[in-house]
Amino acid sequence: MKDAFGTPQSLLVLGGTSEIALATARRLVARRTRTVWLAGRPSPALEEAAVQLRSLGADVHTVAFDALDSASHEVALGKVFAEGDIDMVLLAFGILGDQSRDESEPLSAVRVAQTNYTGAVSAGLICAKALQGQGHGSLVVLSSVAGERARRANFIYGSSKAGLDAFAQGLGDALHGTGVHVMVVRPGFVRSKMTAGLEEAPMATTPEAVAAAIETGLRRRSETVWVPGALRVVMSALRHVPRPLFRRLPV
Amino acid sequence: MPAETTTSVTSVTGWGRTAPTTSLLVRPRTYEEAATAVRECGERGGIARGLGRAYGDAAQNAGGAVLDMTGLDRIRGIDAVAGVVVCDAGVSLHRLMEVLLPLGWFVPVTPGTRYVTVGGAIGADIHGKNHHVSGSFSRHVQSMDVLIADGTVQTALPGSDLFDATAGGMGLTGVILSATVELHPVETSLMSVDTERATDLDDLMSRLTATDDRYRYSVAWIDLLARGAATGRAVLTRGDHAPLDALPVRARREPLAFRPGRLPAAPAFFPEGLLGRTSVSLFNELWYRRAPKSRTGELQKMSTFFHPLDGVPHWNRVYGRGGFVQYQFVVGYGQEETLRRIVSRISRRGCPSFLAVLKRFGEGDPGWLSFPMPGWTLALDIPANLTGLGAFLDELDEEVTGAGGRVYLAKDSRLRPESLAGMYPKLPAFRALRAELDPTSVFTSDLSRRLSL
Repeated sequence: MKDAFGTPQSLLVLGGTSEIALATARRLVARRTRTVWLAGRPSPALEEAAVQLRSLGADVHTVAFDALDSASHEVALGKVFAEGDIDMVLLAFGILGDQSRDESEPLSAVRVAQTNYTGAVSAGLICAKALQGQGHGSLVVLSSVAGERARRANFIYGSSKAGLDAFAQGLGDALHGTGVHVMVVRPGFVRSKMTAGLEEAPMATTPEAVAAAIETGLRRRSETVWVPGALRVVMSALRHVPRPLFRRLPV
Repeated sequence: MPAETTTSVTSVTGWGRTAPTTSLLVRPRTYEEAATAVRECGERGGIARGLGRAYGDAAQNAGGAVLDMTGLDRIRGIDAVAGVVVCDAGVSLHRLMEVLLPLGWFVPVTPGTRYVTVGGAIGADIHGKNHHVSGSFSRHVQSMDVLIADGTVQTALPGSDLFDATAGGMGLTGVILSATVELHPVETSLMSVDTERATDLDDLMSRLTATDDRYRYSVAWIDLLARGAATGRAVLTRGDHAPLDALPVRARREPLAFRPGRLPAAPAFFPEGLLGRTSVSLFNELWYRRAPKSRTGELQKMSTFFHPLDGVPHWNRVYGRGGFVQYQFVVGYGQEETLRRIVSRISRRGCPSFLAVLKRFGEGDPGWLSFPMPGWTLALDIPANLTGLGAFLDELDEEVTGAGGRVYLAKDSRLRPESLAGMYPKLPAFRALRAELDPTSVFTSDLSRRLSL
């Protein structure tokens, strides 16, 4: 069960090698979390992440999960929920893709969309149903500022996150009153291996800062969390910039 | 014809308004309906809930059933000569006072609110300002009927395992249906109250130690925001039921009148962070200065003396949407150093707490998970959205367990399961009895899930 500060005792991470997810897990394990499920494609990195969290004192399990294989989600996630209540699900999988290559290779663009959006739709719905059965729990969805307004530089990734973001918001409203809390997290540019080699955007942040914002959001039972918080204001202004001008902005 | 049991899917929290969870709220009107509800509560189990005054998650059951017991609200019989009442578990102490005071009887123990049910009073084994004299509530229970997991009703008598596990057992042994409670005789419905100020914590402790045994009721409001030399300054209010001859002649005509005042309810939406350090310091300063340095024999209404907050319905809303946490612990006599350290840590950190009370407990109570033990108990409210509060309270837990003390489960919403065994040495016996009576955990609450009770 979550305590009065929204800190979970059990955590399921979808996308178990995500740096933001692991930073969040480390932070929560230091507080209350004792059981962690890391779901992801079986890999040495996933096992390595499990070992690292175990060293912090958590009881860590890994479970094979492939975002692209929506048909397998029901079984893979059902197994986790059958083992006991999950207080928090962190939907953290996602790929950035390579915008210029994806534009010329539609199939690889589709892969971005399928991972970030359709994969999240099936996993999100399955988790939401299980949480609803429990009568409690938080579903924390890692969206992105990129989904707030499509940009020339990464609209394939951005559009997938826009879909995910809208899905999560709607899901949150659908689950209102069921005891399940859905929180959409919109980080700006996060310095991580996913963005390694990319030119840093203004107001860049770190996985640890996102983790801290998630912990605060859980405590406040927030529905939307921007990281850093000032992005809320910046993006609400940017959203209203006329297209001809927006195209020319160096963002 | 009794009406159908009403049910609804509802999100509930404790009085602290943190960690809401959703469950099926079932409102039985008869013992049979309660038994049916227990038999049909499904795999996520059920838990009894009274008036929802437990601060944390004790009367919540995510995804399962919550039995709203306030429908079982009949007073079955009163022996006005011996001073005994037999009533359903859903009867509130407020109702008992309304009915019993005119007959010259008062409840044996009352907490800081009279809006608790008899079932809740036993389940949390509540204590009041008279603990040093009278012990906890369940010490005045002659017998109770408990609906256990198999749907049958057992009568539990003091000294039996079922009684001692149920007193303070947070509803996890079964649903208390009715109880026979011994009452305390009173001549009037007024209190004769002595008030004095203590300039710091040591002054407070020595005053309480020296003269507590002269009073039936004793408590001290403590200013936890005062720093430096004033750390732990307090206002002691102690007293007893006023005898008839202490009343002015006019009041003697109707000495047992029970007329608690009630202000308008707190509005539903309070801005977050209204109770910050500044506003609470100011309140505390005024509250301290307002109290007389020393005054004896003041006549107060019972509601003023025992239940000042009941005058404002929904006062728990003043903490805003984020809710609040109540932290109450006890450390034994001889552990005054720990108490001093905790008070100075709270004061140094500047926790904005305006409802902090210190009290001396008497002998411990027989309930296996009963909270009181001989020693000092401090209770404080803190807004839940205070940054770093969780970690801070964990540190206080360590101080408390290090001194052999414990934290009160009826107020808890954040304890770690690991901390529990050290605090409640009879926990293994409690778990064993539960495993025997209720092997499939029919009785489950968010508290029992969180703490693996």
